[in-house]
Amino acid sequence: MKKLLSLALVLVIVLSTFLTGCAGNDAEPTTPDATETETETEASGEAVRLGLLAPTSGALAPYGQAVKNSVELAIQEINAAGGVNGADVELFFYDNEGDSTKTVNLFNKLVDVDKIDALIGPVISTTTLAVAPIANELGIPMISPTATNKDVTPGLDYVFRACYIDPYQGSVVAKFAMENLEAKTAAVFTNVGSDYSDGLAKAFTETFEAGGGTITDAEGYTDADNDFSAILTKVKANAPDVIFVPDYFNMVGVVASQVRELGIESVLLGGDGWDGIQNDFAAEVEGYFFANHYSTTDPDPIVQDFIASYEAQFGETPNALGALAYDATNVMLAAIIAAGSTDAEAVLVALKATDMPAVCGYITFDENGDPIKDISIITVKDGKLELEAKVSGN
Amino acid sequence: MAQFIQQVINGLNVGSIYALIALGYTMVYGIVKLINFAHGDILMIGAYFGFFALATFNVPFGLALVVSMILCALVGMTIDRLAYKPLRNAPRISALITALGMSMLLQNLFRLLFGAQPRRMPAVIALKRIEIAPGIAISNLAIITILLSVGLMLLLEFIVKKTKTGKAMRAVSEDKSAAKLMGVNVDKTISITFAIGSALGAVGGLLYAINYYQVEPYMGMMPGLKAFVAAVLGGIGVIPGAMLGGFVIGLIETLTKGYVSTTWADAFVFGILIIVLIFKPAGILGKNTREKV
Repeated sequence: MKKLLSLALVLVIVLSTFLTGCAGNDAEPTTPDATETETETEASGEAVRLGLLAPTSGALAPYGQAVKNSVELAIQEINAAGGVNGADVELFFYDNEGDSTKTVNLFNKLVDVDKIDALIGPVISTTTLAVAPIANELGIPMISPTATNKDVTPGLDYVFRACYIDPYQGSVVAKFAMENLEAKTAAVFTNVGSDYSDGLAKAFTETFEAGGGTITDAEGYTDADNDFSAILTKVKANAPDVIFVPDYFNMVGVVASQVRELGIESVLLGGDGWDGIQNDFAAEVEGYFFANHYSTTDPDPIVQDFIASYEAQFGETPNALGALAYDATNVMLAAIIAAGSTDAEAVLVALKATDMPAVCGYITFDENGDPIKDISIITVKDGKLELEAKVSGN
Repeated sequence: MAQFIQQVINGLNVGSIYALIALGYTMVYGIVKLINFAHGDILMIGAYFGFFALATFNVPFGLALVVSMILCALVGMTIDRLAYKPLRNAPRISALITALGMSMLLQNLFRLLFGAQPRRMPAVIALKRIEIAPGIAISNLAIITILLSVGLMLLLEFIVKKTKTGKAMRAVSEDKSAAKLMGVNVDKTISITFAIGSALGAVGGLLYAINYYQVEPYMGMMPGLKAFVAAVLGGIGVIPGAMLGGFVIGLIETLTKGYVSTTWADAFVFGILIIVLIFKPAGILGKNTREKV
């Protein structure tokens, strides 16, 4: 009996090495395939390996899915046009579920197992803050399409982003509130567990107070909170002109519903995390405003072309995160083309020199790796997003 | 003053939902001495059943509520039969760990089946605010929530105190083997307890989802935990204690949010739990009973 067992074990071991050996051989032919399409460039012929970390499950799934779709779209387009430096671009994607620990583990896997040349992502600020220092240390150029927290890039050479930062966004919304809505008083709701929410709230408060406005209530809450009736009752008594709720749309939807429920007249304002809110909470956020990266009603052909090909492939209009991810991928690939190889140093120099039109506005980078570009204020009208105002420059 | 009364109304609204859920914990504990950590997830399952009834099959609210209660009662009984019954005579810690495992199983099962993306609960009740005094208003949803909860609690009190099944439940909770000797069908009684507890949990879940608009696989965790605290605070195993505990927790939470800070609310709730347990280890309405050896 024991003999039989050990025999079986040996068999399993032999079989497994044989099988993995086979799998290795199977994977091999893809590389020669890629070299076949190679034409004149002196590239090694190895596919350019891009990593992508995005939350495609969990509360943030709509963002992650849009990002993933857009990155795939950009890669498809560039591969159809002959690839990068004569080689195809290959994508390695993992779902990080919006969790920092998982993100770090998956990033290590991308580097150690998949041997990526560059990273697109992660999507939200908290996970990006976790992974950025590691990418910098390992010398993997990364560009987050959407991490808006101000601490993501400073001091980290290899870290870039395609979106403008939280302080900028928060203060633009504050300016908009004072100038366009003539608001004098504001309440600020902060999700204390979110770097994103905190960053926007601080910037809004600073700019609003510097402009002579008064903050009537500064309230904190966490992801676990669902019941806002207590703080909203308090806010209602102070009747501020606007309530700034910089959070992602599921939470904003819950807040907005209770704002309507309690009959509060203040106008709600938010940041780019609101994008997508019109799907589930259109009636609740009717007439409210938020800052965003692009507007689907922008007539610029680069915007309309992107929307058309995205719609053709995925059957829905891309949200701002999708547009940013598309830009981020194109910026990264353009840098690899300009560098002529996937050598991290060369790519880094090319990334810093980025100067190109993109869906979310003409993009160049400042010394931190933060983009310099336009900001759009969007309003919800009859359940649809409309461009209210466009603020340019940094 | 008006604001204070308004906050109390808000607190009662939240508290009544906690109380409903707390009943499930306390009934099960009273009878099998098991802290059924999967009860929070029964709430989530009830919310999902209600969601599908309302959003997919477009049935009226009352029917959705009944369907969700019946299905959850069946789920509760099945869980007891599959996971807890084989451990009835095992050490209590084994059953507790099984309950935790069951909780995770249910959460991840629902995540697998329906995705983790929160779903928007349809607005089944046309929202109306009724002004009862200047500056004090109560929404029809809150009225329905509070009345439904209180009604169900009275019904439960009636079942436990006045019916034969209730008598059997009280007998089993007092002494399982003596009840068996007296001809009480212990297994059936335990099953019924799980069914009633889960049905109440389903109502709590559905009301919670309608009040806060969303259904997702992890929604049961926080209210489940708060309801458990409510049950312990009121005196676990004591039915009126669970109701009292639920309302107390709801009020403390809301008043802390209203007058101190949202971020302190949970700290206050759990702090008060600790204080109560120091001075009255059996909970507010709990009786000190000698441990049987």
